[in-house]
Amino acid sequence: MTDEVILLDFWPSPFGMRVRIALAEKGIKYEYKEEDLISNKSPLLLQMNPVHKKVPVLIHNGKPIAESLIAVQYIDEVWNDKSPLLPSDPYQRSQARFWADYVDKKIYEVGKNLWMKKGEEQEAAKKEFIEVIKLLEQELGDKTYFGGDKLGFVDVALIPFYTWFKGYETFGNINVEKESPKFIAWAKRCIKIESVSKSLPDQDKIYDFIVEIRKKIGIE
Amino acid sequence: MAKSEVKLIGKWSSPYVARVKIALNIKSLEYEIFEENETFNPKSDLLVQSNPVYGKVPVLIHQDKPICESLIIVEYIDDTWSSSPSILPSDSYDRSVARFWAAYIDQKWFPPMQSIITVEREEERKPYFEVMEEVVEKMEEAFVKCSKGKQFFGGDKIGYLDIAFGSFLGWLSVIEHDYERKVLVEEKAPNLVKWAKRFVADPAVKGLIPETERLVKLSKALQIKWRDAIGKT
Repeated sequence: MTDEVILLDFWPSPFGMRVRIALAEKGIKYEYKEEDLISNKSPLLLQMNPVHKKVPVLIHNGKPIAESLIAVQYIDEVWNDKSPLLPSDPYQRSQARFWADYVDKKIYEVGKNLWMKKGEEQEAAKKEFIEVIKLLEQELGDKTYFGGDKLGFVDVALIPFYTWFKGYETFGNINVEKESPKFIAWAKRCIKIESVSKSLPDQDKIYDFIVEIRKKIGIE
Repeated sequence: MAKSEVKLIGKWSSPYVARVKIALNIKSLEYEIFEENETFNPKSDLLVQSNPVYGKVPVLIHQDKPICESLIIVEYIDDTWSSSPSILPSDSYDRSVARFWAAYIDQKWFPPMQSIITVEREEERKPYFEVMEEVVEKMEEAFVKCSKGKQFFGGDKIGYLDIAFGSFLGWLSVIEHDYERKVLVEEKAPNLVKWAKRFVADPAVKGLIPETERLVKLSKALQIKWRDAIGKT
């Protein structure tokens, strides 16, 4: 039986990028469906993710899996013949889940405040963002990737946000490389990997997207 | 397994800690409990060292290695003691569904409860009660789908999602009691009402959901603390 795999996604979504990378790592053929989140959510999206109405949604043989990290784990478990993303050791698995969850809790919201807010709120976001990056850099240590020798769960969870860095740095007026050179070195290593580079849009495209949103919301 | 090999830093009142205790009970594991001070002041050295990122309970310490975040701990317990009754469903898709609803609970269920306790006036509470009722509605549907006609979200025995949701039943009764408004009602959620009774009576759960009276007392202290915190910002 051939698997039917569909991904409902939105090109700038870092959460969608995670699933794209996982699918690419496993060499899974799938149909990519672009959702226009700005104007019109498709009936398929509303049917497949009625609870949150968000992307990404992975649809495997008609069955939907929502929430990016849950979808990545599902992909890792079902297509377990190659490129394992989660470690096999339970303790290491728990640590991978912990740090991926940390990324979920911290990067998106804090990053958003860098390009959406001004004044005190933005200053607080700047401080917190650098702290978060430094903590992740510490966790990475001397490893090539968070997953060790190869791309792992935390790498997949985190690298998509790198595409948003030009936006974070420009509008947030921060220089991540200066503060955390090892972090940027890790990011550059990751985007050299084929499954990552073909899944992620250019930093410039994301930057233009942020400029557009800021205009729409009325931030100048 | 020697008792001292598994340590749990917790608080009697925390639903997140209850999740871990239930999981340990399912696996018939003995453990040493380190009880944190009720108001969390001061945090123990052990807690600060074991959970430097968040400083929160629960923290499971197994063979001197700490694991944090309740649902991650529950998965760790299931992964490590894999031969005993399993906590997560065996089917990958069912697992993703269970994880989805557990994440939903973590996002949607506790924040309105905290707000209901914190805000001062009844009109302010209304929207939070509405959120809770919406969650109950969705969880009732989820129960029908996940249980597939059986007693629990996990099927014949309690599983991951039962633990994730059921751990909050103590605090739910505090809200219903203090504000005289039922959220888990027969007319809206007939399956969940029955499930809740079965859950608290389950051998792995018995005694772990604190008595409402005890939690009500604590909620008064927390109310002051949370209102103070808002006042300060």
